[in-house]
Amino acid sequence: MKKLVASFTLFFACAGAALAAGGGIAWDKAPDKSNDLLALQHGAKLFVNYCLNCHSAAYMRFNRLKDIGLTEQQIKDNLLFTTDKVGETMKATLDPRQAKDWFGGNPPDLTLIARSRSAAGQGSGADYVYTYLRTFYPDPSKATGWNNLAFPNVGMPHVLWELQGQRVPEYTPVQQHGHEVEVFKGWKQVTPGTMSPAEYDAAMGDLVGYLSWMADPSQGTRVRVGVWVLLFLLVFTFFAWRLSAAYWKDVK
Amino acid sequence: MAEMKEISPNAPAGARLLNWVDNRFPLSQLYNDHLGQYYAPKNLNFFYVFGALSILVLAIQIITGIFLVMHYKPDAALAFGSVEYIMRDVPWGWLIRYMHSTGASAFFIVVYMHMFRGLIYGSYRKPRELVWVFGCAIFLCLMAEAFMGYLLPWGQMSYWGAQVIVNLFAAVPFVGPDLALLIRGDYVVGDATLNRFFAFHVIAVPLVLLGLVAAHIIALHEVGSNNPDGVEIKATKGADGNPLDGIPFHPYYTVHDIFAASMFFMVFTAIIFFAPELGGYFLEYNNFIPADPLKTPLHIAPVWYFTPYYSMLRAITDEMMLVLIACIWGGALVAVFRGKLAVLFKIMILGAAVVVTAMMLSTDAKFWGVVVMGGAVVILFFLPWLDYSAVKSIRYRPSWHLYVYAIFVVNFIVLSYLGIQPPSAIGERISQVGTLYYFGFFLLMPWWSSMGDPKPVPSRVNFAPH
Repeated sequence: MKKLVASFTLFFACAGAALAAGGGIAWDKAPDKSNDLLALQHGAKLFVNYCLNCHSAAYMRFNRLKDIGLTEQQIKDNLLFTTDKVGETMKATLDPRQAKDWFGGNPPDLTLIARSRSAAGQGSGADYVYTYLRTFYPDPSKATGWNNLAFPNVGMPHVLWELQGQRVPEYTPVQQHGHEVEVFKGWKQVTPGTMSPAEYDAAMGDLVGYLSWMADPSQGTRVRVGVWVLLFLLVFTFFAWRLSAAYWKDVK
Repeated sequence: MAEMKEISPNAPAGARLLNWVDNRFPLSQLYNDHLGQYYAPKNLNFFYVFGALSILVLAIQIITGIFLVMHYKPDAALAFGSVEYIMRDVPWGWLIRYMHSTGASAFFIVVYMHMFRGLIYGSYRKPRELVWVFGCAIFLCLMAEAFMGYLLPWGQMSYWGAQVIVNLFAAVPFVGPDLALLIRGDYVVGDATLNRFFAFHVIAVPLVLLGLVAAHIIALHEVGSNNPDGVEIKATKGADGNPLDGIPFHPYYTVHDIFAASMFFMVFTAIIFFAPELGGYFLEYNNFIPADPLKTPLHIAPVWYFTPYYSMLRAITDEMMLVLIACIWGGALVAVFRGKLAVLFKIMILGAAVVVTAMMLSTDAKFWGVVVMGGAVVILFFLPWLDYSAVKSIRYRPSWHLYVYAIFVVNFIVLSYLGIQPPSAIGERISQVGTLYYFGFFLLMPWWSSMGDPKPVPSRVNFAPH
């Protein structure tokens, strides 16, 4: 029996490991910013300034940003670059045909990226984006001059390189199954960015926090309402239980 | 036709109104037949709440469905966006949508539990065969309903899942490609498919489903509920003509079911409010990407409730076909050498085995995978005529029967798990063994269910007052 349990455990562990090896490095855990309005607002600013030129968020309306504590006037003054109507959705200015020429494809819509990129055993979509935004490195063999460890051979250049500076990954040789393979060890900063590595990570945490919020903007309300619903149901269940017991106590 | 009943003009207004209605519509009679004077066994246990819960979930699905249709657009260009519109811009739209998506999975959970209850307590045995058959038809409708509903959000998994399943029909010999074309209404899954699935999902299948639910309940209330002891309570009646071991459904089981419903709602709302995707099982992550006919996802998995059947489909490989042929010949030879049958009948059996073998060798294994997948559901209909046990309930079956059922349940769960996973060599072997067990459980039931000595069945139900 013990052998059986052991073999089952091994089987599921192998299956899990095989799943995790879906291309790209293991994902870092993204910080949870869902309750930090300042971080979400900072993330929104980064998103509108750096991402929205090429990527749309076609299901997201600008005025929905009121939910993370911005006023309509603030949105109009600071974030409306691509439209003049605050009730519009976030559409990229990039022409899809040009995008095809430049990057080989149309940049994906980012409204739901923090949800759709989740993978069982690997992490949430937020973890993926957080890792992706922090693992660009220069690669002269690519058309854009950039490559990425989380998304090998990605078509997108490192848009945030001025903030992060240039880094190259370093590898160490490791023996695996009798072969020598190169395993990612860490990063070497080649040129400095305008942000320190810690500042850059924090900024990316805010940006990913914003993307997570945008993927599921009802999340905050959902959890708040959910607590009350469950509390109500607890009380209701207690009375339903006592009512049932009161009827059944005379049944012999 | 009943006589016109007179009531004193001095009676309270309510009584007079009821009398007026009763003379024109059997309201009091319906109430008494199905609630007030419907006697259910008093020893029903935990497993008996899932029937009422399925009705509850059905109501949730219909009501939330109505509100979703008010904002949803069945158009390949607009469908995905309209679901996101519901999630973001429709007031409380996210709640309605999460209730509907969680409700789909909840439906299968309560129905699987309900079927399991029927299975272990022999609720399909005489005189409840039709209750079971209607129930199986409901299950079939539910699968069609879930499958077609899943296309509507028009995400990647919606699209490719539908593509895979509709292509299965193309494996049918001769008419397959035309059949698939008929279902899709196009050469690929597209706008035409979305529109017809929408029509089926919101009106055609629900109509059939509601009719079947009515038939299921009418048949049940005609024969009366079974119970964990499998004892017929109608056999022992009191002086008033009511079963001694029975108790009026209302109020006893209504208060009981309200309690069960509130427990159910705690789990249901916890998922809706705190984990609506349930780790990718209730809402698949890939389905948050709009359908793209040019980009096939790496791994296409059906939603969890279809995965046991999907596993069985994948288990049918060319190798497995040889095993199935061996099973057919094994069965045929046993019938010929051991069965007490007329010679002509034995020759017919051998002839049938030859024909089936020839068909299996000449058609693609994929088609037989489809046959096995469909057969796994269809075989449930025949359960009442496969069980030869002298007793109904697992409680009085020979003790080792319990293990047969336990392995059946574990097997079903393992098959579900494997159906979610990407194909693997070891997974394929396990699901092949699992498929054989699943079908062996049913097809060999006439033999194994009559083996062993059943325990004595009491004449009255076991009931501990609580």
